[in-house]
Amino acid sequence: MNMDFSPFWISLKTAFTATVLTFFFGISAAWLVTKYRGKLKGIVDGLLTLPMILPPTVLGFFLLAVFGRKGLIGKLLYSLDIQIIFTWWAAVLAAAVVAFPLMYKTARGAFEQIDMNIIYAARTLGVSEWIIFWRVIVPLAWPGIAAGAVLAFARALGEFGATLMVAGNIPGKTRTIPLAIFFAVEGGEMDKALLWVALIFFISLAVIVLMNYWCGYQRKSMPANRGR
Amino acid sequence: MTGKKKLNVILLVYSVIFLTVFLTSCDMTIRSTINTKEISENSKPIELTVSAAASLKDVMEEIKAAYEKENSSITLTFNFGSSSSLQKQIEQGAAVDVFVSAATKNMDLLAEKGLISEGTRKDFLGNKIVLVVPSGTSEISDFKDLLNDNVEKIGIGEPKSVPAGQYSEELLQNLGIVDSLKSKFVYAKDVREVLLWVETGNADAGFVYETDAKASDKVRVVARAPEGMHTPIFYPAAVIKESKNIKEAEEFVKFLYSDKAKTIFEKYGFLFID
Repeated sequence: MNMDFSPFWISLKTAFTATVLTFFFGISAAWLVTKYRGKLKGIVDGLLTLPMILPPTVLGFFLLAVFGRKGLIGKLLYSLDIQIIFTWWAAVLAAAVVAFPLMYKTARGAFEQIDMNIIYAARTLGVSEWIIFWRVIVPLAWPGIAAGAVLAFARALGEFGATLMVAGNIPGKTRTIPLAIFFAVEGGEMDKALLWVALIFFISLAVIVLMNYWCGYQRKSMPANRGR
Repeated sequence: MTGKKKLNVILLVYSVIFLTVFLTSCDMTIRSTINTKEISENSKPIELTVSAAASLKDVMEEIKAAYEKENSSITLTFNFGSSSSLQKQIEQGAAVDVFVSAATKNMDLLAEKGLISEGTRKDFLGNKIVLVVPSGTSEISDFKDLLNDNVEKIGIGEPKSVPAGQYSEELLQNLGIVDSLKSKFVYAKDVREVLLWVETGNADAGFVYETDAKASDKVRVVARAPEGMHTPIFYPAAVIKESKNIKEAEEFVKFLYSDKAKTIFEKYGFLFID
C-alpha cells in the first residue's frame, strides 16, 4: 500500500492553527458579550453560536460566497493577488469557524461563573482592565477556557464539509484526514480509509481523555476543592 | 434533580420515542393501504430509483419528463453522483432499480459481484473530455498552456472515483504533462463540482465533459481531447438484480437507447452508440 502520510501533518497543522485563532477570538468575544448588558445580547450570542448548529455545507457556502473570487472579501483579496480558496488557509478558516462556537460558549460559561467581587476588588486597587483580564479573569476561568480549547481542537480536527467546499481536495496541501478518509472510501481503498479512521479515533480519544484528567487535576488543586 | 422531576424527564423521553416510532409506522400502514387500494383499481404506481452519473443531471430532467408522460403510472427518482460513489451505494445494498454509469469500470465491478440483472446492460452513450475556462478569460487556448505560471488551480475529478477525472488524467499522461501539472490540481468529488469551480472562477481551468460545458454559459471550451488520447468513454446502463420492479426497470433501460431518447441525448451533446 503506497501510503502518503501528509494528511496526518496537514490535519495537525490545520487543527492547531485553527485552535490558536479560535482561542483568541473566542475568549475576546466571550468576554465582550459577558460584559455587554444591552438588549441585543441574545441575538449576538445566537449569531456567534450559529456555526455550531448550521450544517457544515451552509458554512462552506457562506465562506465561498464571502471569500470566493466574486465574494465580498474575496474580491479585495484577489486584487491584492491573494487567494484563500483552495489553499491551506481556507482549511484553517473553515476549521476555525466551526470550532469558534465551542470556544466561545465554554469560555463564556466560565466567565459568567466568576465572582464579580474579585474583579471589583482589583479595580479598587487601581489595576488596568487589560491586566485584570489576563492576570485575574483568565486564570480564574482557566479550567473552562482550557476545556473550550480542547473541544475546539477536536472539532477543528474533525471538520469535513466546509473544508471540502472551500479548501478542496489537494493532496499534500489541503487533504486533511477526514478528506483522505472520504476519498479513500470513494476510490475503493478501504484499507487506507480504515487506517486513517483508526488514527483519528485514537488521537481524538487521547485528547479528550487527557483533558478530563487535567481538568480534574486542576479542579482538585483549587483551594476550595482541596481534600474533596 | 429531585425524584419527581427525574420521573417526569424519563416519561417525557419515553413519550417522544414512542410517538416517533408510532408516527413513522403509521405512515407505512397508510401508504400500504393506499397501495392495495390502487392496485385493486387496476393501476400500479411504480417508483423507479435511477442512480445516474453526475454529468447526466440536465439531460435526465428531459428524459424523465418524456418517459413519465408516456408512462403515467411510473415515477422516476434520480440519484446523481460520481459513478464510483453510486457503485459503492449499490454494493452496500441501496434500493436502486437502474444504474447509469459514466465508465464501464463501475458497471464491470458490479457485474463481477453479481449485482446486475443478466442481459439488461447496454453501453449506449459516449462523451468527450474538454478543457474549460471561465467565460471572459483568454489566457489559455490549449492543454499545454496549463503549464504557464498564471494558471494556478486546475479542477479535475478525483481519478480513483470520478470517471471524468480518470479520462482527463489519461489524456494528460499521454500528452506527457501530467506530472508537471499535479501540483496545480484540485480534486473534485464529481465532474459537476469541477464545472462549478470554473464557473465561479475559483479554478483557472477544469476538465469536464463536452456535455457539461454545453450545459453552462459561464464557461468556455478551449480544447477538446483528441481521438485515442484516453480510454473511449462509454456510459453503460443496466438493471440492478435486487430491484423490486425488474420489468419496469427493463422497460426504462430500453427507452434509454430508443430513438426518442437518442434525440434528447444528442440535443445535450452526448454521442449515441447504436
